[in-house]
Amino acid sequence: MAKTHITLNINGKEVEALVEPRTLLIHFLREQQMLTGAHIGCDTGHCGACTVDMDDMSVKSCMTFAIQANGANITTIEGVANPDGTLSALQEGFRMMHGLQCGYCTPGMILRAHRLLQENPNPTEDEIRHGIAGNLCRCTGYVNIVKAIEYAAAKINGTPYLEAAE
Amino acid sequence: MIPGTFDYHRPATIADAIALLGSLGEEARVLAGGHSLIPLMKTRLASPEHLIDLAAISSLKGISHTGGDIIIGAMTTQHDLISSDLLTKHLPIIAETSLVIADPQIRYKGTFGGNVANGDPGNDMPALMQCLGASYVLTSANGNRDVAAREFYQGAYYTCLEHGEILTSVRIPVPATGHGYAYEKLKRKIGDYATAAAAVVITMSGGKCTSASIGLTNVSETPLWAEEAGAELVGTILDKSSVDKAVAAAEAITNPASDMRGPAEYRTKMAGVMMRRALERAVSRAKN
Repeated sequence: MAKTHITLNINGKEVEALVEPRTLLIHFLREQQMLTGAHIGCDTGHCGACTVDMDDMSVKSCMTFAIQANGANITTIEGVANPDGTLSALQEGFRMMHGLQCGYCTPGMILRAHRLLQENPNPTEDEIRHGIAGNLCRCTGYVNIVKAIEYAAAKINGTPYLEAAE
Repeated sequence: MIPGTFDYHRPATIADAIALLGSLGEEARVLAGGHSLIPLMKTRLASPEHLIDLAAISSLKGISHTGGDIIIGAMTTQHDLISSDLLTKHLPIIAETSLVIADPQIRYKGTFGGNVANGDPGNDMPALMQCLGASYVLTSANGNRDVAAREFYQGAYYTCLEHGEILTSVRIPVPATGHGYAYEKLKRKIGDYATAAAAVVITMSGGKCTSASIGLTNVSETPLWAEEAGAELVGTILDKSSVDKAVAAAEAITNPASDMRGPAEYRTKMAGVMMRRALERAVSRAKN
C-alpha cells in the first residue's frame, strides 16, 4: 500500500514519517514513534484512554487517522512534564491525591484534564466531572481523579488546596 | 481494529472536492469529523476506496447571520456550536443540544454537517433541524439545491443526498425574539444515543401559545417532525387536556425499535415524557 509523507510536531519535536492512510493516530504514536503512554482501551471511541492533545483539542487517537494529523501539534503524556523533568501540576495532583489505581486511564485523563484547565482554569467539581465525561476509569476511581484535577487547578492558580489525600 | 485500505484526498476547495467525488465514483466518501465513519471503517462495516477529507476547506467552517437566517457551515464542530456567541444570542437551543451529544473529545471533532447528513436516527441535530424548519444546502457539479430538513430523511442512513453531492451548509430561520425552547434527552449514560428525545420551540402571547414546533429523536427510522402535536397546542393556554392531546399525537407517530434501550412501547412513552418536559421548560423560558 502506498505510503504518504507527513510532518507533524509531537511534544515539541518536528517529526517526519511515512504512513499508510489507514494508520490510526494511536498506532502511529505507539508503534512508529514508540510513544506508548497513550493507551488503547476500548478501541471504539468510548473510553478515552487514547486521548491526546491535537491543535488545542482533546482527541481520541483511536478514531483519528495519522494522516489527518499532518501539520498538527500533538502533545502526549510523554510531553507533559515540566521542562526540567519535574512533574507537572496535573501529574503531581494525580500522585498526591491518589488519582490512579491501575493507571491505565491516567494518560488519557491527564491529557483531557490539561485541555480542560487551559479552557477553564478554575472549574467547579461539576465542570470537572462533565469535562472528563469522555474518559472512563475501570477502577471507578473518579473521586480522587476529580480531587487530583482540583489540586492541579489550585497549584496552577497559586491558591491553597486544603483537601487531604485519602 | 484496523480499517481496510483506501486512498486519502485532501482538497482545498468545495469545487475540488466535488470534482474528486465525481471522478472517483461510488466508492469514494467524504470525511468530515470522522467520528461516525471511522468507527464503521474499523469494524469494516464501511470500506470506501477513497476518502475525501473536507478538513482543509475553510469556507465550510463558521457561523453567520444573514437576513433572518443563521447559516452554519457543514464542517463547524459541535465544540464551535457550544462556544458561539451568535448562537447563544439567536438560537440557544443548538448549544443546549450539542452539550448532550457524545462527550467533550468527540465534540471537538464531530461536525454539525456530519451529524445532520449521516442519516443516523440516533443523531440529535436532525430532529432539532426539523423542529426549527431548517434547510440543507446540497452542492454538486450542477450547483446548489436546498432540501428542507423535514423532507431530507427517508430511512435509517438513507437520505436525499445523491452521490456527487456534499451537504455544505445549513440555513436556519431565527425563531421570534422571546421564543421558548428546550431539548430534552433521555439517555442511559453520557455519550449514549437517546432512548427518546424531544426538541420544542414555542412562542406565547397573552398566556396563549401562538406557535409550536416539535421534533423527536431516535423513535423511528428517521427523525420526526410532530406537526399535529404542535398544531394541538396553538391557540391554547397549554392546559393539561391540550398538552395531553398533543403528547398523544406525538406518541402516535413514533415507531421505535425494541433494543437495548428498551422495548418499543417504553420508548414511545418516553418520547411523550421528553416532549412534555421540553414543553414545560420552553414555556418557562418564553417571554409573554
